[in-house]
Amino acid sequence: MRETEAVADARRYMEICNGCRYCEGFCAVFPAMELRREFAAADLSYLANLCHNCMGCFYACQYAPPHEFGVNVPRAFSLVRAESYEQYAWPAPLARAFQRNGVVVSLVAAASIALVLILVTALQSPEALYAAHPVLPGAFYAVIPLWIMQVLGLVTFLFALLALAMGGANFWRDTGAERVGAGAVLRALWDVLSLRNLGGGGHGCNDRDERFSMTRRWLHHAMFYGFFLCFAATCTGFVYHAFLGWHAPYPLLSAPVVLGTVGGVLLIVGTVGLFAMKLIGDPAPAARRLLGADVALLMLLALTSLTGLVLLALRGTGAMGIALAVHLGFILALFLLLPYSKMVHGVYRSLALLRNAAERRGVPENP
Amino acid sequence: MVDLTRGYDVLVAGGGNAALCAAITARQAGCSVLLCEHAPRAFRGGNSRHTRNLRAMHEKPNSVLTDAYLEDEYWDDLKRVTGGNTDENLARMTIRASSGVFDFMQQCGVRFQPSLTGTLNLSRTNAFFLGGGKALVNAYYLAAERIGVDILYDTEVTALHMEDGVVRSASLTKNGYPETVSARCVVASAGGFQGNLQWMREYWGDAVDNFVIRGTPYNRGRILKNLLDQGVAPVGDPTQCHAVALDARAPKFDGGIATRLDSVPYSIVVNRDGDRFYDEGEDVWPKRYAIWGRLIAQQPDQIAFSLFDAKSVRLFMPSIYPAIKADSIEGVAAQLGLDAAKVARTVAEYNAASPGENFDGSKLDGCSTQGLTPPKTNWARKIDTPPYYGYPLRPGITFTYLGVRVNERAQVLMEDGRPAGNLFASGEIMAGNILGRGYLAGFGMTIGTVFGRIAGKEAAAHARN
Repeated sequence: MRETEAVADARRYMEICNGCRYCEGFCAVFPAMELRREFAAADLSYLANLCHNCMGCFYACQYAPPHEFGVNVPRAFSLVRAESYEQYAWPAPLARAFQRNGVVVSLVAAASIALVLILVTALQSPEALYAAHPVLPGAFYAVIPLWIMQVLGLVTFLFALLALAMGGANFWRDTGAERVGAGAVLRALWDVLSLRNLGGGGHGCNDRDERFSMTRRWLHHAMFYGFFLCFAATCTGFVYHAFLGWHAPYPLLSAPVVLGTVGGVLLIVGTVGLFAMKLIGDPAPAARRLLGADVALLMLLALTSLTGLVLLALRGTGAMGIALAVHLGFILALFLLLPYSKMVHGVYRSLALLRNAAERRGVPENP
Repeated sequence: MVDLTRGYDVLVAGGGNAALCAAITARQAGCSVLLCEHAPRAFRGGNSRHTRNLRAMHEKPNSVLTDAYLEDEYWDDLKRVTGGNTDENLARMTIRASSGVFDFMQQCGVRFQPSLTGTLNLSRTNAFFLGGGKALVNAYYLAAERIGVDILYDTEVTALHMEDGVVRSASLTKNGYPETVSARCVVASAGGFQGNLQWMREYWGDAVDNFVIRGTPYNRGRILKNLLDQGVAPVGDPTQCHAVALDARAPKFDGGIATRLDSVPYSIVVNRDGDRFYDEGEDVWPKRYAIWGRLIAQQPDQIAFSLFDAKSVRLFMPSIYPAIKADSIEGVAAQLGLDAAKVARTVAEYNAASPGENFDGSKLDGCSTQGLTPPKTNWARKIDTPPYYGYPLRPGITFTYLGVRVNERAQVLMEDGRPAGNLFASGEIMAGNILGRGYLAGFGMTIGTVFGRIAGKEAAAHARN
């Protein structure tokens, strides 16, 4: 991790926090901080990625601005996290995508939709595109040939997985690889699935002010589990197609459609809710500079989901062709942007939790 | 919008823990309540915002405290630290009441956490607030707003106008403008006067220029002085204050807990002239940290320097300021602005008197200097392993002991011993009744919570009578 202004701020705050320690009960960050005396840039990258941005420590802080110490851990860690995404990105030349990430995400999304629409009109006749296809197996492929869907989907997705893995490896090496046992993996997995550290010690986050609330945690759960239900829908669809010979579109009560619909609705609820919270949230502990990247990703997820639901509603009509193309355009953008948007926080946060679970082995828990 | 012409049942002067407990309790009893906090919202809560726990009696383990802590043990602890400078009736009543505060606190949204790392010795006796005192203060303000306590920030109660032992009206300064408000009852919870350097100067002279005030600059003692000037009975030694050793680079006010230094027992401490002046290893640090503020205040220029070597650097909590570091003790001394040759001689004399063995930082190890004045009676390991380190130390004032005398109903007593008609007090402004000397961790918050509740209840009963 490079030395930057945000890293220097975070270090100064951690040195003050380490002399105070009142926030120990909020989350994993402060107990992890207490295992250290000096804070190298890589340590701060680890702590910043461990931080879930619940804001509990900001509102509880006797040294928060306007105090002359001006301690603002959530903001400093948000900035360090954003810098760490750029630092660990693979391949390195694409790291610049994180510099103006809101713009990049928006442009890639627009370009992806345009590309799919151009491909569709170039490869298919207008009749096929605008015809009302009956909801019968293979109807989608009349609009977009199956091989294009498969090649584009698989190539971009596999590349995204590779890039995420390489970024994760960079993070793990930089922050000091830790020996990991099965217990640590289970504990980290539970931390990821439950968002335990968004609980402020079980009381929730300070979403808007000094009050504690579970809203943000539930919205993130809706988004997270909605996303994975959609992913499960895709996987069952793949199994149906490849192994059972059943071809999309699937009936309304089939597993892929039910999973996708429920997941899509949850994803919209979560992303729109989180977006609304950004609008009404207290700007004091937030990093204004990162709002673009945050909002762009939330909107990308929401629109991917929304266009999927629109496609479901229009699939027997002449609008299906365009709806399908737009939906696939969003999915293409999402795959392309997985390693170059705030989506990467999932990888680094999970690895930070894993590292935390591993390094806490042997450290007695507080009674 | 707060309407000051209406008159209130209860006026609470102050905005810390005790004031909030009084205001909420009086409001819950059905009174109209106005709370005036001198500080702006960002710095609300007086010194409570720097606290972290509350000492509570309990008969069996509960959700926040382990084991049991019974009245007699609590009383013994208090008697020991105050040297008997307390009022047994009030003290025992406070101790007993401390076991019943949790329901109230939790109803108000105060949250607790396990005893902080490094404070396991307190897990049986002290309940820690999740996020510390500012989080507690936040919870109380939210609770007070929710039930309809009128709250004014940037508003100092400057005078309570008494006639025949009854408060007739109060003068305020609200956002810099003078106002008058009337109330049937008043609860004075405006803290001590350690934030008022002018007043401190009366007892300490120009030494106060070298004092650091650990807490809020808004504790000016204005109401305390105003009441004492109107025939209210004083309690506590006006010249005394609780003082600890702080990093000399701490801000003049409001540095809170993070600026304290725990290096003393693992170091030697020299004054401006490079001389040692007190046994650094007299007892375990939790029992001795509170005498070092006074010791330093008595040294020339009220400054001292803690010197140690690489062996000791990790034995105590880190400071928020980097230690001065050099490869020789002369180098450290020079950077600290000391006479390097003189400090080197002091260290050499100490090293010659050190037994150099049997060091054990976890207990009183009896590793004592031989034939040195003053001696260092524990942890007297040689200072001989580079790099060497030093911290500059100043006295850090936590609170003052002077207060107003009260009875067990939190009524303020006049010099003739009779209670004032409609005036109650809670918190630091009356803590000297119970804590006349010394300190017991978390006991200030106990007094504030217990007496805040009593004052609120009694004021409400009086106002609605």
